[in-house]
Amino acid sequence: MSDHVISVRDVTVTFGEAKALDRFSLDVPTGSLLALVGPSGCGKTTALRVIAGFQDVDTGSVSIRDTPVLDGKVNVPPEKRRVGMVFQEYALFPHISVAENVGYGVRGSDRVHRVDEVLELVGLSGHGSRFPHELSGGEQQRVALARALAPGPDVVLLDEPFSNLDAPKRERMRREIKEIIRAAGVTAVLVTHDQAEALAIADIVAVMHEGAIVQIGKPDAVYRVPVNRWVAHFLGDALILSGTVESGSIPTSIAEIETDLSDGTDVTVMIRPEWISPTVSPTGTHRVVDTEFYGHDQRVEIELAESADRVEALVSSLHAIHVGDTVDLEVLDAVVYPKAR
Amino acid sequence: MIDIDPNALPQTDPIRRSRVSAAKAPWWLWVASLLIVLPLGLAIVALLVRVLDATDSAWSTLLSIRTLELVWRSFALTALVTMAATAIGVAGAWILARTDIGFKRMWGVAFALPLVIPSYVIAMVLVSSSGPRGLVAQLVGFEIPRLTGFPGAWVALTLATYPYVYLITAASIGRIDPALEEAARGLGASPWRVFRTVVLPQLRPAVGAGALLAALYTLSDFGAVSLMRFDAFTRVIYAQYSGRIDRSPAIVLSIVLILFASVIIWAERRTSGRGTTFSSTPNRPPALHRLRGAKHVLAVAGLGTVVVIGTVIPIGVLTTWVARGAYHGADISVPWNAVVGSLTGGSLAALVAMVFTVPIVVLAVRYASKRTMLLERSVFVIFSLPHITIAIAVVAFTIRWARPVYQTMFVLVTVYAGMFIAQSTSAAKASLLQVDPAVEDASRSLGRGPFATLMRVTVPLMAKGLLAGGALVFVTTLKELPVTLLLSPPGFSTLAVRVWAAADELLYTRAATAALILIAMSVLPVYFLSIKPKAVVER
Repeated sequence: MSDHVISVRDVTVTFGEAKALDRFSLDVPTGSLLALVGPSGCGKTTALRVIAGFQDVDTGSVSIRDTPVLDGKVNVPPEKRRVGMVFQEYALFPHISVAENVGYGVRGSDRVHRVDEVLELVGLSGHGSRFPHELSGGEQQRVALARALAPGPDVVLLDEPFSNLDAPKRERMRREIKEIIRAAGVTAVLVTHDQAEALAIADIVAVMHEGAIVQIGKPDAVYRVPVNRWVAHFLGDALILSGTVESGSIPTSIAEIETDLSDGTDVTVMIRPEWISPTVSPTGTHRVVDTEFYGHDQRVEIELAESADRVEALVSSLHAIHVGDTVDLEVLDAVVYPKAR
Repeated sequence: MIDIDPNALPQTDPIRRSRVSAAKAPWWLWVASLLIVLPLGLAIVALLVRVLDATDSAWSTLLSIRTLELVWRSFALTALVTMAATAIGVAGAWILARTDIGFKRMWGVAFALPLVIPSYVIAMVLVSSSGPRGLVAQLVGFEIPRLTGFPGAWVALTLATYPYVYLITAASIGRIDPALEEAARGLGASPWRVFRTVVLPQLRPAVGAGALLAALYTLSDFGAVSLMRFDAFTRVIYAQYSGRIDRSPAIVLSIVLILFASVIIWAERRTSGRGTTFSSTPNRPPALHRLRGAKHVLAVAGLGTVVVIGTVIPIGVLTTWVARGAYHGADISVPWNAVVGSLTGGSLAALVAMVFTVPIVVLAVRYASKRTMLLERSVFVIFSLPHITIAIAVVAFTIRWARPVYQTMFVLVTVYAGMFIAQSTSAAKASLLQVDPAVEDASRSLGRGPFATLMRVTVPLMAKGLLAGGALVFVTTLKELPVTLLLSPPGFSTLAVRVWAAADELLYTRAATAALILIAMSVLPVYFLSIKPKAVVER
């Protein structure tokens, strides 16, 4: 008995010449909210459709609760997989009411009761007799989630659930959906192209690139220690430097960065803008050339004394820092990667 | 030394999710589709095989009747009728959907009305009222030029076919989001430019389907061209078939006609496909173009002319014939046997066609492949064949292979449905293309199998198109002539047969009586067809 609801092994899907999934593997731990994040065209929606049973594969296998649903021998149809799905544009049945939509997948005598229960869970009690087109985008979204949850699936898959909502609503819905999923106690896999959304909502983030997962882990871990330059840039802004270790540290144009690596090792260093801390000082060697004040924080663009290259720092809005100020730089954190020889 | 990489993300082409490779079609969809297509297909293939034994005289006939000239005549008629019908149908649909012209409901019904008037009735009206001995000359003493030959056939068939273009376009225009047009108008585009660059591209699938129906109708029509004495393909085939012992020449000519129809279908396929978009039902009515002054007069005059020539005059002439007949003591009683026959045949054909439309359309839209394209094409080829050819093929086939069902209601209804199912697949396909496939996926993921999903989600969502298609099949069956003549069970008759037989004997009073009942019976489904699209817009 494994503690994974879904196990995908080495799935490859090709559309003509293009590989949508290239030996894609994924384990989804029971009870987790996993975000599958990647740029458009990376195959994340295809991966979701493979799990749900809508997409045939060239090779590979899928198990749900240790039961194979797709391998060389079996291919369980979508209606037998006990997988709930929330579609990008909700795909509510336009010809039947909200209650009938939610009750569509529920069988048995307690259907009415279950529909009420799930509608209450998503905060839409009393909306059962309405029709989908009478609801707002956010309400439609919650109906779609309620409909997917109603049959009590092992896992719920959400395909770009927030892409149809405007920004202020999106953040609110993100919290609501997260709460509903938690309250329902269901495992969920969410697909998004928005890395901020993935980091904010998920327990586990799986970063996809060109048909396969390149890194999987807790949001803070993948953000802090990306496995490669591509992931670093995808998840946020990153400054990448090259250098060589000299007596326990790496000299860079910003600051010396300490390391345990042996002397003479060629390395790549990754620094996030918020890890760079500028201090205004009359004797500072670097110069502030631009600032963007956001309110909660501010972005400071600094021209380095040594090379005239520019770096960006993200600092608290408490710092009084202006264009023309001279600053000293301190690096609070950095990730050092030895270069492969 | 510093390496800041601004091109953080490698660019990959987004992969469009493809339904083609996603899943295999359930086998029962194929079985159901083939049940309706295969019998007629086999009969026609049997006909094709007979060509191989065609006599030498068949081939010499092909040369002696100057086949090329025949092809050219039929081509010219088909092209001109299609152009005129498309222009009238699309213009009418746009004016009624997007301008503030008054009495829309009345116009909508009047504009679709010629659909219920068979081409041979219009032809009979034109022939019997024009010329030195025509009704007009007799009543008013003023002689209007005799309308026969090419111009006569052109007018009669344009009036008979434009309603197809109009109805399908009107149904589609109601589902277009008006926001796009408003955006274009906001950018300063004239109404004409908005229509040309925004509306028309979205209507492309609907207009294409309508124009294709008009073209195939014209190519297959026998009644109007024969009354107009215009030697189109069908009239020549009929002349070659009836009263001759060697029927090979007619069969050889039919094959040429089949090729002709295939070229038309191929041409439409070539230009269609692009522009098929999923659009949802608009949630608010469009901003209407205000018609003022000359534009208003022009719009009303345009619609009015079509309605007068296509509906008012034919019904007036028919009524006059009946009134004159009654005055002179002729028999104008209701032919009940024919009424019951028409109703039974029409409703059974519509029902059967609708049932079998579902699997065909679902295969074509959701599991598109080379095989489904072949299926769709066979449906259209069967529809495009002159009814006389199908009748001959089925008679020969049943006599040889299925003697017990020869001249039974079963065969008659199967042939009606198989012949006209293209009409309901066209309408239902346009409807299904607008349904987001994700709702079907949603149903599957909620535990319903393919069949339950079909019945509970797909069919209800395409019901509008399906019902419209069924109504079209009903009305077309009422008007059908050659197949009814050749395949009817003994004692079975329809109004169409009665009109034709009477008109052929110049018994215009008798023909007009049956024609008026036939028209009255077809009015109801057409009324339903013309109201539906507007109900969507008004919601």
